[in-house]
Amino acid sequence: MSQFLQNARDFLPILLQGAVVTVQVTVLAFLLSSALGLVLALGKLSSVRAISLAASTFINVVRGLPIIVQLFYIYFVLPDFGVQLTAFQAGVIGLGIAYSAYQAENFRAGIEAVDPGQREAALAMGMRPALLMRRVILPQAFRIALPPYGNTLVMMLKDSSLVSTITVAEMTRAGQLIASSTFQNMTVYTLVALLYLVMSLPLVACLRRLERRLGAGSRR
Amino acid sequence: MIEIDGLEKSYGAHRVLLGVSLRVARGEVVCLIGPSGSGKSTVLRCINGLESYQGGEVRAFGERVDQRSAGIHLLRRRMGMVFQRFNLFPHRTALENVMEGPVHVQGVPAAQARAEALALLEKVGLADKGGHYPAQLSGGQQQRVAIARALALKPEAMLFDEPTAALDPELVGDVLGVMRTLADEGMTMVVVTHEMGFAREVADRVCFLHGGTIVEEGSAAQVLGAPRHARTQDFLRRVLHAPGGSAA
Repeated sequence: MSQFLQNARDFLPILLQGAVVTVQVTVLAFLLSSALGLVLALGKLSSVRAISLAASTFINVVRGLPIIVQLFYIYFVLPDFGVQLTAFQAGVIGLGIAYSAYQAENFRAGIEAVDPGQREAALAMGMRPALLMRRVILPQAFRIALPPYGNTLVMMLKDSSLVSTITVAEMTRAGQLIASSTFQNMTVYTLVALLYLVMSLPLVACLRRLERRLGAGSRR
Repeated sequence: MIEIDGLEKSYGAHRVLLGVSLRVARGEVVCLIGPSGSGKSTVLRCINGLESYQGGEVRAFGERVDQRSAGIHLLRRRMGMVFQRFNLFPHRTALENVMEGPVHVQGVPAAQARAEALALLEKVGLADKGGHYPAQLSGGQQQRVAIARALALKPEAMLFDEPTAALDPELVGDVLGVMRTLADEGMTMVVVTHEMGFAREVADRVCFLHGGTIVEEGSAAQVLGAPRHARTQDFLRRVLHAPGGSAA
């Protein structure tokens, strides 16, 4: 046990540096996937057939590919087409695109779950489609989509470990590097696992509270 | 002010309206009555373009109502609509619901919109409920907020789609009271309703619809008091004798 603590004291600073990168990748990729997901959801719901077809095709292709393959493609193949990205950039963009498909489905389900009477009331007031979406539909759709949205954030925190495969020095990668040079597999990966839990469990608790707070007072 | 000529509508093979014609003059209160499925709500929803139609024409304020026209939202701003299920925005307070149209649709400064919204809430008897969310209000209160919300856009006409049909009987009176006040003030109103007492008392004209056509039309006293058509007589007999019915 004292050996474990001794090792932990040596490894933790390196792992914590990795944890910072993990958080950065997660937050940036989550923002990207949210923005892209919203665009895709609105595209899929568009009455213009070409737009909705393009959006669903994109969503299906992205959902049909393993995330690792998408990351490899962006990091290793795009340079052949003249697009040079750092590992960090490739990781954020790859994860963001891969998750945008799931975000789009969450948002679309949320938008479609809003009572049709809300749309009619807004139309009857003379709202145009963009205002109607922004003031009436999206605020309610967001509340409906919040549980799956939060779930996606937690999944993304964990799946950010995938960018270790394209050499981003996030926490899992830091753990691998330490383990391969010290052979302290048990200590290293136990610490890595604990650190993921330290990040994800409070996040889950925060999301629960947010759901409860937004749910109160505004339900029919 | 509102002119409907030979209005036809169908959902696929199902024909809902088979040529409805109706004129509503400025300041007039017209009630549409009839059994469910007669098409009365559909007529109302065609007036502000919530429904499309296949034949005939609807004009409001001299302009053709077309759901797909670029200016439909401008036409809709001149008509308020009140729904059976209120359709208040659940994520905004009563006051915010009433301010929504003026501030975000018409661009009225927030301070002015707030003052006007408070006055409207007072008018519908809910001056103290401005900070409440719809979920914290009774059905009758919600419907009165919905009326205030529609009035906030200073409409030239009001459309009511069975405004009391979703209310507990004891809450109907307050909503009808507000509508009666509006009628007394000279508001142009088209009201789809089952409240025969309200129609008799307030309507300038009553139209009885059945099977997608206006079967009988005339003054409230004539249509409700001395109906000429057998269908109207039959309908009124059912409504007035229904247990717990809205004979009033």
